[in-house]
Amino acid sequence: MDKNDETRKLPVPAPFISPETAPFWSAAKERRLVLPFCTSCNHPIWYPKRFCGACGSLDVEWRQVSGAGEIYSFSLVHRGEGDYRECSFILALVDLDEGARVLTNIVDADTADLKIGQRVRVIFHDAGDGAALPRFTLAQ
Amino acid sequence: MSIRGKAHIVGAYEHPARDLPNHSVQQIHAECAMGALADAGLSIRDVDGFFSTGQLGFGGVSLTEYLGLNPSYIDATFVGGSSYLAHVGHAAAAIAAGKCRVALITQGAKVRGMVRGAKHTVDTPEFSFETVYGETNAGIYALAARRHMHEFGTTAEQLAAVKVAASEYAQYNPNALLRKRVTVEDVVNSPMIADPLHRLDCCVVTDGGGAIVVVAPEIARSLKRPSVSVLGHAEAIKHSGRGLNDFTSTGATQSAPRALAEAGISLSDIDYASIYDSFTITVIMTLEDFGFCKKGQGGSFVADGALGLDGVIPINTDGGGLCNNHPGYQGGLVKIVEAVRQLRGEATPQTQVRDCKLAVAHGTGGGMSRQASVTLVLGRGDA
Repeated sequence: MDKNDETRKLPVPAPFISPETAPFWSAAKERRLVLPFCTSCNHPIWYPKRFCGACGSLDVEWRQVSGAGEIYSFSLVHRGEGDYRECSFILALVDLDEGARVLTNIVDADTADLKIGQRVRVIFHDAGDGAALPRFTLAQ
Repeated sequence: MSIRGKAHIVGAYEHPARDLPNHSVQQIHAECAMGALADAGLSIRDVDGFFSTGQLGFGGVSLTEYLGLNPSYIDATFVGGSSYLAHVGHAAAAIAAGKCRVALITQGAKVRGMVRGAKHTVDTPEFSFETVYGETNAGIYALAARRHMHEFGTTAEQLAAVKVAASEYAQYNPNALLRKRVTVEDVVNSPMIADPLHRLDCCVVTDGGGAIVVVAPEIARSLKRPSVSVLGHAEAIKHSGRGLNDFTSTGATQSAPRALAEAGISLSDIDYASIYDSFTITVIMTLEDFGFCKKGQGGSFVADGALGLDGVIPINTDGGGLCNNHPGYQGGLVKIVEAVRQLRGEATPQTQVRDCKLAVAHGTGGGMSRQASVTLVLGRGDA
């Protein structure tokens, strides 16, 4: 079965935007991917937060990253929960080039074409109210 | 200081039902509590320590009231399906420190027929960066399974061997939800849930629960039933909070050696193991992480018959979470109960490990992004 049609109809749940993570979502709205980096030890922090678990620093700075990475693992989930209950979709872990492993969706791809290690790039889906959700697609 | 031998399990009870449409959750807790206390030969008035996940009402307090307890010690540790294994360790430490003498641990759950919502609520740190992408437990363990296949050549047929072994045991358990023996072909031909995990790679969804009674040594000696000694306990939390988290191993790499060291025994001394089996891949990773086989060789290890009664390490002889019972998505308490049955020589006769002296019960609570591994080492009264 061609999964293209189904994964293109993915829900776009609205993220909860708190002051702590607002810079991430403001950038996403502008189609830019930013990550907090620790100003003390330079550690890339994921998920985004204002605390570095690697060294205990409360001081982070938001830096734009390339949005490029590679697939660490992926799965075609045949039925999800919550907003995803009625659809199948590709859940994936993507290793960003800057050193974070992020949970995401791969869109506009058939699972038959996917391989671990494949290069991907970020795209953004409109989540309403000016918010945008980063997802990934195969790099061409 | 160690808890080795300072507390004993004297009561263990698994609710016989798997579907309880007319029970309240608190009622299930109460039935389980009374079942375990009756098994121990103790009264509910003897209980002075109470352990639960605190998921019902106001932490552990609501159930304390429902059960009419007056505990001098309360603990509502919640670490997913591992919670109850943590409770045994915490109860042993509390008893060793003189904080209580008769600790009651209860589980009650009711989930069948209910539509499960999103994994995390909006106010959690995980919601905006994971839940919005549709993360499910099957999905996250599927990511682990695919990566394990990629790194080590593990196959769907090898994953299926874990389920086949569980079903071989479950056929002898009259209370198991799934008693039918299945083949590797049955597993790999069952519907795909989250590729590469099939429906039969996933644990059952059941109502029910159970209870455990842990007491001070002098109380254990005064009771008629065979007791089981708590020899070791260790916890390990694995997450990505300090950097990249691999998806091919579990916290057992830390908790298992620490628990065995506390018990003063080596892995080869273990006669029986209750290994958390939320999914078939969970078992393969955990067996590797314990060191029952080398990392990456768990697939061939289980496919070569390691899990059978005459294999290297018999596991989950009640049929496990894959066939018997996984109440409320939390399999840890049932894991303890089957280890106690084995050490008392009270497993189903066809599945009893001969001369079972030392056992482990191990839990993997949570998903692969973050998890709580808890290992208990338990010994027969004379061990």
